[in-house]
Amino acid sequence: MNAILSIYRKEVASFFNSLIAYVVIGVFLIGVGLFFWVFAGNVLETREASMQLLFEAGPYFFLFLVPAITMRAFAEEIKTGTIEFLATKPISDWQIIMGKYLAAIFLVFFSLLPTIIYYFSLSSLGNPPGNLDTGAIIGSYIGLFFLGSIYAAIGLFTSALSENQIIAFILGLFLCFFFFQAFDLFDGLTKVGILAHYESISRGVIDTRDLLYFISFVAIALVATKLVLERRKK
Amino acid sequence: MSVSVNHLSKVYGSQRAVDDLSFEVGAGEILGFLGPNGAGKSTTMKIITCFLPPTEGTVSIDEYNIQDHPLEIRKRVGYLPEHNPLYLDMYVHEFLEFVGRIYNLGKAERKRRIPEIIEMTGLGREQHKKIGMLSKGYRQRVGLCQALIHDPEVLILDEPTSGLDPNQIVDIRQLIREVGKDKTVIFSSHILSEVEAIAERVLIIDRGKMVADAATDQIRKLSKDETRIEVEFDKGGFDMAAVEKLAGVSRVEASGANLFQIYSDAEVDIRRDLFQICVEQDNVILSLNKQTYTLEEAFRKLTGSKQTEA
Repeated sequence: MNAILSIYRKEVASFFNSLIAYVVIGVFLIGVGLFFWVFAGNVLETREASMQLLFEAGPYFFLFLVPAITMRAFAEEIKTGTIEFLATKPISDWQIIMGKYLAAIFLVFFSLLPTIIYYFSLSSLGNPPGNLDTGAIIGSYIGLFFLGSIYAAIGLFTSALSENQIIAFILGLFLCFFFFQAFDLFDGLTKVGILAHYESISRGVIDTRDLLYFISFVAIALVATKLVLERRKK
Repeated sequence: MSVSVNHLSKVYGSQRAVDDLSFEVGAGEILGFLGPNGAGKSTTMKIITCFLPPTEGTVSIDEYNIQDHPLEIRKRVGYLPEHNPLYLDMYVHEFLEFVGRIYNLGKAERKRRIPEIIEMTGLGREQHKKIGMLSKGYRQRVGLCQALIHDPEVLILDEPTSGLDPNQIVDIRQLIREVGKDKTVIFSSHILSEVEAIAERVLIIDRGKMVADAATDQIRKLSKDETRIEVEFDKGGFDMAAVEKLAGVSRVEASGANLFQIYSDAEVDIRRDLFQICVEQDNVILSLNKQTYTLEEAFRKLTGSKQTEA
């Protein structure tokens, strides 16, 4: 646990020491803020006390931002050779992966935090004040966080595949998009995709099947990451 | 702790980078690992530090071996990789704190140990900078710091002095000798004088195979079958015929007007006779130099490579 924590701290520090964290959080907040309050169809225009807009735009912003967070996780270590430094320390591949993964989902979580203000703003704008479907909103937040967690796991996987960050990013973006939406095109396979589960959680009902889906998706992506890392050492 | 390498082989595709290599390093010994570029030094070290799995064979450090107890081995080994990869955007202290945590050193332990190794490696003036801002020599010291922070019993250094200036080389060598007093050290180099300066024992490998394993002062003797004497006379016109007739002298070469190279059997010492002949010819010897074989010549002879590596 100590080892995971030290990797986690190093990763979070490097997010905030470089511009990555600020750019990701900034772009996310400005982006969803515009959709929410400014662009045509915003909440002030529709006069509807609902946070649906945030949860519709969120997945698409994450599609770009989460792979951008994770693209350097392994690609950079492989390119600069620091992976050799890490791999010869008394820590396992799992601890490295978990440390990096936790750091990535922390950033996802951190970028979601400020949007809670929207909830209080909407709540006070409501008629009567406080007229909001709080249960559905909490569910949607959990859904969005889970979604970001899956994206992060996919991003880590693609980062281990290449020593080139751009390739890791584009591959990550593509895979995230693929698993998010592509399965919606096929009638019987809707449940394989992320979107169906995301929408299901967003309704405010936390179903164990959805939970299991998210957890196993993340687990599979991280196991794949470990396999890729192991193959590199041969 | 002693390191023992048993029938180690590593195959990349069709190339055998390491070929049935076996050796043992006792506790507290400093071993110089010598070989031309691409001889398999780095590969061997990467296997010992559990970065690469071997194709065949094993390495064990005391009761632990790389296949079954990689984490135990990594805990006990300090490793400086060849190109010394570091996180350039981290500060020196931040980096060492991070490494200390990875080695599971407690807070008090880190607080004591980090200034200690910074002092030891002479990093003092640069310790508040970002690693990316440091020169190569100081980065190398940071690399040594991370290898030493947990006070490992075994130290593996892959070309620790490559790319440093002469002063830094001397410093680093001094440091290796210093820490090597109570640790098992394996360091690689292709600079022969360096191995001579630091190690007690040398292991020469070539194309993955061991070609020599001996104490540093013995290595030279391995290929020493003749002595060369360089002599400079005051006046020209020295008649070398008498010298050539001396027992044991194989040939004489003139390398200047008054400068000669005399080759003779290693067992006989012709200097006394040479002086006599000189007196008889009413000449004066300005300089007389007996050259023993250098490690470099031994190395070239053993590895059979034509190009000079150092």
